[in-house]
Amino acid sequence: MARKVFVLGEIRDQFLRNVSFEALAAGKIISEGGEVVAGLIGENVRTLANDMIYYGADRVVIVEDEKLKYYSPDGYSQAVMAIIDSEKPDAIIFGHTALGKDLSPKIAAKLNAGLISDATAVEIVGGNVVFTRPIYSGKAFEKKIITDGIIFATVRPNNIPPLEKNESRSGEVASISVEIKDLRTIVREVVQNAAEGVDLSEAKVIVAGGRGVKSAEGFEPLKELASVLGGAVGASRGACDANYCDYSLQIGQTGKVVTPDLYIACGISGAIQHLAGMSNSKVIVAINKDPEANIFNVADYGIVGDLFEVVPMLTEEFKKLKIHSS
Amino acid sequence: MNIFVLMKRTFDTEEKILIENGSISEDDAEFIINPYDEYAIEEALQLKEAHGGEVTVVTVGSEESEKELRTALAMGCDKAVLINIEEDLEDGDQFTTAKILYEFLKDKEADIILAGNVAIDGGSGQVGPRLAELLDIPYVTTITNIEIDGKNVKIVRDVEGDSEIIETTLPLLVTAQQGLNEPRYPSLPGIMKAKKKPLEESELDDLDLEEEDVMPKTKTLEIYLPPKKEAGKILQGELQDQVKELVSLLRSEAKVI
Repeated sequence: MARKVFVLGEIRDQFLRNVSFEALAAGKIISEGGEVVAGLIGENVRTLANDMIYYGADRVVIVEDEKLKYYSPDGYSQAVMAIIDSEKPDAIIFGHTALGKDLSPKIAAKLNAGLISDATAVEIVGGNVVFTRPIYSGKAFEKKIITDGIIFATVRPNNIPPLEKNESRSGEVASISVEIKDLRTIVREVVQNAAEGVDLSEAKVIVAGGRGVKSAEGFEPLKELASVLGGAVGASRGACDANYCDYSLQIGQTGKVVTPDLYIACGISGAIQHLAGMSNSKVIVAINKDPEANIFNVADYGIVGDLFEVVPMLTEEFKKLKIHSS
Repeated sequence: MNIFVLMKRTFDTEEKILIENGSISEDDAEFIINPYDEYAIEEALQLKEAHGGEVTVVTVGSEESEKELRTALAMGCDKAVLINIEEDLEDGDQFTTAKILYEFLKDKEADIILAGNVAIDGGSGQVGPRLAELLDIPYVTTITNIEIDGKNVKIVRDVEGDSEIIETTLPLLVTAQQGLNEPRYPSLPGIMKAKKKPLEESELDDLDLEEEDVMPKTKTLEIYLPPKKEAGKILQGELQDQVKELVSLLRSEAKVI
């Protein structure tokens, strides 16, 4: 059944986040040959519209307003509802990001609709749009459908492969004007914490530290390795509880659930709560002094040794590789 | 201040998940207050201590949730409410829960409603924002700090590691992120007092709801466990050689670099 799918693109630091393209790929599957309409919302977004088309959108609808410079549930829901009212889509896809998590339930409530959050895969089975999503932080999975009304889901970053960029594609970019008003929450300031650079949920490589890192300074070699690999630094609850790092880095059943291409666990024992947050990573490397550590049971490759010796060596090796390949 | 906290009973994070007859087996499992809801309870108690008022903890669940409600009372909540849907509903989703909570809260004149930003079992994080929308009040999710001065509220919100400073007003719904506070343990006198605190129970009937009003909009077709990971390769030899081998394996075998 051909469907019209509305996909919300997401912008950060003037660029489209990758999850926007992944959401387009999900939209394409759901559309079954119908139409994929992308939405972009912000202060100044028109220049990004073509990228949405190159990655699979047939058309783009933009809503621009200075009140949309920062995300707010009220402002963005007014813009999204205006797009939905004019497009009347059969399905809606957002990224399962901070923005998508915050906004999608509000839109679902406005539409009196069901919502499947945090989907990691989508397929068409017997005419139904079936979403796969982790439950119990990835200790189990469920397959789920919307039974009543509009199909609405958010997709987890890094799971649904985007379509290949095709710059020969073209499509209409239309702007709709919406009166953005009565914002009940106002963003006064955004404080960018630390120089992490790469967000954990979208990182292709994560270097994570546990209690074995021993101190805040102990994270330095991990940061260096992450930086050489263009990745992000994460942590176990143990490391956060011990104040070695901020809770925003925590990976696990409480904390973030991540699925990078490469996860390097340094001095992490592998408690079940931590495994829940990372065991679906594509490749896992464990570095731990204790050969009995549970983390080795989920690791693809393990090195039994002191992380303070192994991690700098790894950094050096990857640096060499970079020099050779550049 | 009229404070409400939304609480969910969840599996202990220590628990392994087992599937029996297509659903998650609850036999012998330990249950806890959803960890993010614990932060919400703690913050509610701190708000009460600073501004006065009353804290009511609410859950939608079954008879079994009484234990976790008593724990919340022992931490210091004044009242508990169990909306028992066990008899009335075969199935529910976030639409269902939000609608039920809305019917319960719509005439309660809450100044602030606190909840966890996500439950560690279902993991959707929908109920809080859905409820705020139904109640037509503003909401802020994943908060790590809150200051209330009269009707004015200043919040620090975690956004994927960055912090947003947000201003808003009561009435308000917020969801708790890690780092908001350090939840207290119930004290012995707290546990004794909790036994005498009111725990009110209601059903859909009492909220003038029929089953069809709260029919879920989604359906689970299948629940399954991820494929068990085979234990991988533990490298051997001199450390320097292991590191070299690892890098080469990551390039040629795993192809992730």
